[in-house]
Amino acid sequence: MRAYRALLGAQARSQTAYRASFLLDLLGNVGATVFDVVTVLVIYGVTRELGGFTLRETLVMVGLSSSAFAVADLLVGNIERLPGLVRTGLFDAVLVRPLGTLPQLLLMNLPLRKVSRGVFGVGVLVVALGSAGIDWTPARVALAVVAPLAGVVFFGSIFVATATVSFWWVDSGELANSVTYGGRDFTSYPVTVFEGWFRAAFAYGLGFAFVSYQPALVLLGRADPLGLPPWAGWAAPAVALVAAALAAAAWRTGVRHYRSTGS
Amino acid sequence: MGSVTATVAPSTSANVTRWFRTFGALSRAGFRRYATYRQAAFAGVVTNTVFGFLRCSVLLAAAGSGTVGGYGRDQLATFVWVGQGLLAVVLLWGWSDLADRIRTGDVASDLLRPVHPVTSYLATDLGRAGYAALSRLLPPVLVGPLFFDVYLPSRWPTVGLFAVSVVTAVVLCFGCRFLVNATAYWWQDARGPLLLWTLGSGVLAGLYFPLRFLPEWLQLALWFGTPFPSLLQTPLDVLVERDPPATQVGLVALQLGWAVLVLGACRLVQRRAERRLVVQGG
Repeated sequence: MRAYRALLGAQARSQTAYRASFLLDLLGNVGATVFDVVTVLVIYGVTRELGGFTLRETLVMVGLSSSAFAVADLLVGNIERLPGLVRTGLFDAVLVRPLGTLPQLLLMNLPLRKVSRGVFGVGVLVVALGSAGIDWTPARVALAVVAPLAGVVFFGSIFVATATVSFWWVDSGELANSVTYGGRDFTSYPVTVFEGWFRAAFAYGLGFAFVSYQPALVLLGRADPLGLPPWAGWAAPAVALVAAALAAAAWRTGVRHYRSTGS
Repeated sequence: MGSVTATVAPSTSANVTRWFRTFGALSRAGFRRYATYRQAAFAGVVTNTVFGFLRCSVLLAAAGSGTVGGYGRDQLATFVWVGQGLLAVVLLWGWSDLADRIRTGDVASDLLRPVHPVTSYLATDLGRAGYAALSRLLPPVLVGPLFFDVYLPSRWPTVGLFAVSVVTAVVLCFGCRFLVNATAYWWQDARGPLLLWTLGSGVLAGLYFPLRFLPEWLQLALWFGTPFPSLLQTPLDVLVERDPPATQVGLVALQLGWAVLVLGACRLVQRRAERRLVVQGG
């Protein structure tokens, strides 16, 4: 544990060494999340409802999605550098140290500049929950806390699972983005917006419906127009744990498959 | 030793055909260079396709059974799917070649060549765009109609105008990227400007939502005050015939104006930068 703390401390010091640059990074990073919210607002500027949901209801989903994604991106998003490490063979250095591979990779370059994004995401969630006119019960309060945490675990698992693809396919490039950033966009809207097999694959196949849509339905006290029972909103932690287990298995298989570079 | 400016005009006897031959050769080299990354192109196409589904579904849900922002359902589908392909052709994001070369000092070798840096980078970029048109624009344009009803232009001149608009958008986007990268001449590192560019260009070029969803005054301010709508929104609006022919031509003319202005700025900035550049090394 002390070794990890030392790694983290070194990171924090080095990244904040250039103050102006760090502040600019903080500012720039919050921008991406701001524009996601702006996009939803602009679209609701030209329509009153989207897939049968009003702006206030959709904002609860946006809040759940963007807070979970932003925090997961802060903690685990750094894994996106893996393809580069595999291609250059620098992953060797991670393997020879007496610490876990995954925690090392994540702590080696924890992007503190993304803190601003997480703070903004949580802010959106709090405002959305406050303005949606939710009839608060102890169960709903609990769900409002558990659902974003489950979302963090879920998005984190998606980040790790998609990154492991590069152990087999080094040049997978932006392929991972289609599920990570794609998932973020998918969870920002009611699932009813999407149709056919695309909805089936993303919402239930990959499990994105349980990040924001199903919990939001329970919080808002609405029945699912697509017919899933109300307990589906409470399935979020279970889905997240399954995703984490699968991601961990994929990671272990991937690390074993790694063969470094050489001529 | 006196100072040397690498980009003073060569003697006036320079032959126009020779210029075109050089430009063509550089473009072909750019085409071949990017054509080597086939797997990366495939991965990019998959990602663009997923986002095509996402954005198309959301906009169609917003349109309901009617129109939204002046677009019909089929027009929105064309807008999204062609937009997903054009994104890679104009290359909105992910170009920091020039900034990297300035930081490392490699840019010195660009300055020694008998071709103006803006010209040589532009030629390479056009070659890249040519390959992207085949590998990145074509797939989403073919996939979209399989799953959504798309709009096909009903007037013949639209097709020619769209072609002109796309080429102009590529040139303009190159110019903007060059300017953003060129800040590295002064600051050694273009990370901040690149970050702002990545943030601003997506939303202001009409990628996240058609800019016609915005209030009228804001649209005018964006089109006349910034080059962003000319990068993506204009070619797409021309293609889906959002406006009558006269407005279509006007939009492309505005786009051409921006392209000339930005390319001029590139040459000016390059000239100023060469008087400041210090290449490190022994």
